[in-house]
Amino acid sequence: MAGQIIVIGASLGGTSVLQYLLSELPENFSKPIAIVQHRAKESTDILVRILASRSKLTIKEAEDKECLCCSTVYVAPADYHLLVDRGFLALSIDPPVCFARPSIDVLFESAAAAYGINVTGIVLTGGNTDGMRGAQRIKECGGTVIIQEPTECVADRLPLSAISTAAFDSILSSRDIASYLINSGAVP
Amino acid sequence: MIDRYQSIEDEEINQLLERIFYKYGFDFREYARASLKRRLGAVLRAEHMATISELGQRLLTDPSLMERFVHGITVSTTSMFRDPSFYRAFRKLVLPMLKTYPFIRFWHAGCATGEEVYSYAILLHEEGLADRCRIYATDLDAVCIEQAKNGIFNMAAMKEFSTNYIQAGGKHSLSNYYMAMDQHAVFSKGLRENIVFARHNLVSDSSFNEFHVIFCRNVLIYFNNQLREKVLSLFHDSLCQFGILALGSKESLRFTSIDPCYEEVVAGEQIYRRII
Repeated sequence: MAGQIIVIGASLGGTSVLQYLLSELPENFSKPIAIVQHRAKESTDILVRILASRSKLTIKEAEDKECLCCSTVYVAPADYHLLVDRGFLALSIDPPVCFARPSIDVLFESAAAAYGINVTGIVLTGGNTDGMRGAQRIKECGGTVIIQEPTECVADRLPLSAISTAAFDSILSSRDIASYLINSGAVP
Repeated sequence: MIDRYQSIEDEEINQLLERIFYKYGFDFREYARASLKRRLGAVLRAEHMATISELGQRLLTDPSLMERFVHGITVSTTSMFRDPSFYRAFRKLVLPMLKTYPFIRFWHAGCATGEEVYSYAILLHEEGLADRCRIYATDLDAVCIEQAKNGIFNMAAMKEFSTNYIQAGGKHSLSNYYMAMDQHAVFSKGLRENIVFARHNLVSDSSFNEFHVIFCRNVLIYFNNQLREKVLSLFHDSLCQFGILALGSKESLRFTSIDPCYEEVVAGEQIYRRII
């Protein structure tokens, strides 16, 4: 088993939360992070640049067959699904899931299959239910699921749907998610 | 607990793929696992089966299920003029060179339902090259090849395709090339006069011609490293000197064994030229 991984899914309103979370993490953060943020097909590398502007971590667009490194954040490219395999990443153009490509469910379910108990899934703000099934799958495989407090979300449909399945560990504000990540990813 | 469960699942998948290979000759053993698992799950749901071993049993006795399996394991979703900047670069920088040839052979490997084949056909038509070209469009999946042959796409997609077409440097209006019938856009027969659609298996079949251009976009992402190497060397053996190899926008030759034999024609668009 290759270490641990953090997967984050966000839709409407996600960019600023992601920017905040990544700006809080120290540069020696010990785990790789894979992110799906819903966005338009045509969008360029602007999301990566926004996220990188305030973070000490290496933030990049995920590449197919790329090996996972710690202290690195991999962002799903527009119009591709991002999947996690053991120790590396994969892209696909399988049909959209809940109208979304990249889809949060695809990332979360693949991470659950490859990393089992060693996955932490974080569900942030979002206006549709893509991410709900993936979060459930992470719990079924023994991983950890954390949901952003719906009242502070720009769109609460995704966090509420994830809460409705009862498959989660905690509901936290973005500040507390940042502290949680810092504690969990501190170099021992 | 989860590790044990995972290794059982992996072992079941290995057995399934071995069985399929020996019974039917289709070799999925070197497909990228993460996507393959996801697609296997979708096949199980569609066939109302609970386990991979059940699927394995049924496949041994039911060839029609095998066809559905191939379709389920290989189908992807693309669009016409996907990545418009790629088509713009191809038109501007590759076609002028191709125009110097008396006859041009294209191979579109893994054409799926044909959206991109028709995109190239339109491009060649607009550049006055269509009569001098032959496009061999191949896919592993018989269902997809039939669909591609028909050139009928969902009308609902035409708005997006038209936008892509314009961004790709299209000279007219996409609607010049199809007729609207009910919910469908039926593409003009003239476009496929120079296209040969055929079934071909990249994993097990060999080269069938020498080509000036090979398109293989968003197929290699479904293969593991070893299989990607194998398929790239098949392309290399099928490409004439100074031939063009075009990959998907998130695929590249970097770190592959044929990389030293190629130069990038357009940075960032994954259009390569064979130089050795």
